[in-house]
Amino acid sequence: METAVEQIPLESFLFVSAILFSTGVYGVLSRRNAIQIIMSVELMLNAVAVNFVAFAAYTDGELFRGLIFAVFVIIIAAAEVGLALGLLLRVFRHRATANVDEVSQLKW
Amino acid sequence: MTIAEAVFYLLAAIAIVGGIGVVVIPNVVHAALFLVLSLLATAGFYILLSSEFLALVQILVYGGGVATIILFGLMLVRGRELPEVGPGGQWPIGLAMSLVLGGALLTAVLGSDWPRQTGEITMVSLETLAGALFRDWLLPFEIASVVLTVALIGAIVISRQEEGEA
Repeated sequence: METAVEQIPLESFLFVSAILFSTGVYGVLSRRNAIQIIMSVELMLNAVAVNFVAFAAYTDGELFRGLIFAVFVIIIAAAEVGLALGLLLRVFRHRATANVDEVSQLKW
Repeated sequence: MTIAEAVFYLLAAIAIVGGIGVVVIPNVVHAALFLVLSLLATAGFYILLSSEFLALVQILVYGGGVATIILFGLMLVRGRELPEVGPGGQWPIGLAMSLVLGGALLTAVLGSDWPRQTGEITMVSLETLAGALFRDWLLPFEIASVVLTVALIGAIVISRQEEGEA
């Protein structure tokens, strides 16, 4: 049975991953709402995981190290989102705003 | 065009549209839904790459966990009542930087000569993956468990209401 690996070149997956990563970078750099920045970081991590799994499927058959690494990327992304939202809630409770432009001073 | 290619292009279109929707749409809740769309399209990618377990993990953890957390955060921060702010003042620089980065990545991707694996593709079964995860990669796995526990406790501690706070 032919798998997709023989029909789709590796560069296609890397292309998609690069575009998703650049989109995430734009989101982190230019969004003002803290939750939108968090979502853009998730997009970047997702793109990285796709990259790892693509390399594991195409070039690392028996060892599939990229697959293992993608599992850890997903784990770390989930942990990081939980923490980031805890921080966001704390900041929102204190400043009543989720706009990162207004939370620019360390001490009140 | 074979079916695999057609499915790949469809999933790629959905993922990229979802990604652009996350960073462009001013309504925060709609952007969160576009993120869910992008994450689910990535699960489709994993199925194409013969790693079905990772696709299920992606749907469960990202779609069912991360997306839910984000939507809950929006609910608690009352995302719909916040004024819809457009991009910040530095969005041209952000766009330029992301285009430069994307251009560099695409040049590297399309220009270099990636090694090909000749021969058959080894389908990674769930037993093989579990065996590798619990034997060869046991230490990172345990460390990841510790990281998750620390993150859980940290999130609870950080967002706990203390005395005198509203």
